[in-house]
Amino acid sequence: MKLTIGAVCGPGGSRTNRTGAWRSLRPRLKAEACNGCSLCSLFCPDGCVFPEGEVFSIDYTYCKGCGICAKECPSGAIEMVPEEK
Amino acid sequence: MECSRNGAQWAVVEGSRAVARAVALCRPGVISAYPITPQTHIVEDLAQMVADGELEAEFLRVDSEFSAASVVYGAAAAGVRSYTASSSQGLLLMTEVLYNMAGTRLPVVIGAANRTLSAPISIQPDQQDTISLRDSGIIQLYVENPQEAHDTHIQAFRLAEDPQVLLPVMVCMDGWLVTHTFEPVCLLTQDQVDAFLPPYRPVHCLDPASPLTYGSFADDDKLMEFRYMVAKAQEEALRKIEETAETFRQAFGRYHGGLIDSYWVEDARIIILAMGSVVGTIREGIDLLREEGKQVGLIKVRSYRPFPAQRIRNLVRQAEVLAVLDNNISLGAYGALCCDVAHSLINDPFRPAILPCIVGLGGREITVNSVRNIVQRAELVARERPSVVEPWWVDLRPELI
Repeated sequence: MKLTIGAVCGPGGSRTNRTGAWRSLRPRLKAEACNGCSLCSLFCPDGCVFPEGEVFSIDYTYCKGCGICAKECPSGAIEMVPEEK
Repeated sequence: MECSRNGAQWAVVEGSRAVARAVALCRPGVISAYPITPQTHIVEDLAQMVADGELEAEFLRVDSEFSAASVVYGAAAAGVRSYTASSSQGLLLMTEVLYNMAGTRLPVVIGAANRTLSAPISIQPDQQDTISLRDSGIIQLYVENPQEAHDTHIQAFRLAEDPQVLLPVMVCMDGWLVTHTFEPVCLLTQDQVDAFLPPYRPVHCLDPASPLTYGSFADDDKLMEFRYMVAKAQEEALRKIEETAETFRQAFGRYHGGLIDSYWVEDARIIILAMGSVVGTIREGIDLLREEGKQVGLIKVRSYRPFPAQRIRNLVRQAEVLAVLDNNISLGAYGALCCDVAHSLINDPFRPAILPCIVGLGGREITVNSVRNIVQRAELVARERPSVVEPWWVDLRPELI
């Protein structure tokens, strides 16, 4: 990818910034507890939570681990666990 | 000086008026400012022109300099030629936006009426305010008199908007000494400026039909490259500033220097290097000293950023002493100009000795006699060749301390 003058970029340009590396807590979805309400997907500020089949999938390439999805989930189906490598 | 082509006319005007007239001739779409002394007359004049229907532009009077800079940032991002002006504390309040403007490569032109910084508070001129912005990526041109202020504003838009440059350009002029002095100025006409300055064609601009992100994020894997790109654009500006000054000369017959201007340097043993309105006084001083047979010359630094290291190097090699006049002080170290000059010469075995001078802080008058004293001191340095020369505070009043 070539850099643009003044870092001005078109739609989707933020995909070059793989913000998943910022994460210290990782959201983990417990599929059996999910009621499919999609609040997690609606509230994710980075569009990293999206529907997949009956439940939801999380894109760990970009998820910063902010925990909003876990906070919003009414059925406690998402827990934040320490990121370990 | 020439003023006869295509209806250009001499007028006795205040420096600020000459600047406002130049800006209006450049047909800006947006002007935004918050008034501050001694910049005030520039935007007052522009506001009046807009109110009178002489100038078709949006004039936005805002609540602070931070807002003024933000407005012109936004306007330039939307593809509109934009202008603001400020001084001193106002420039400091703009600072955060100005760094962003340069990093985002928005070709805004900023008039800076130099005034010292608080504390203590003062409205007198020195270049501390604009020097504090030297690292921002903005191009800085320092002018000598109202005529150069008029002409340089017109050059500034052409330079800023050059697709190879795309950087904000700040035209720095000593408050009062340039902004409030009445002098005969050859004011250009609309036709002349239209022929010199094409309409602004942005490389990219905000448009709902084709959305863009301005102010995006760059992590450690890219930021250094963005800085490098600005550094390269500054390097490109070295060439473009001279090219623009030359094109201007061909079009209008006036030349105030490109990156630098020089006076009597060819055989000079002592060269004084300075920028801003003090250059006029130095010219006067050199005329007198030359009559006395002293081989003294002058280099005026017109472009401080980008810094014309090569040009300076080429001119000073035959001199014995280079007296560098700093109208600012990097407290705890030296004058900023002297640091840049010293860096330019550091590996040159034929470099002259340097006499660093701190002059004119807070409007302390720099007279022909000050110039004479500087030359005397430089002669001493030439004779004794000390390995260290501490900055000399010219015309300091030690009896007050």
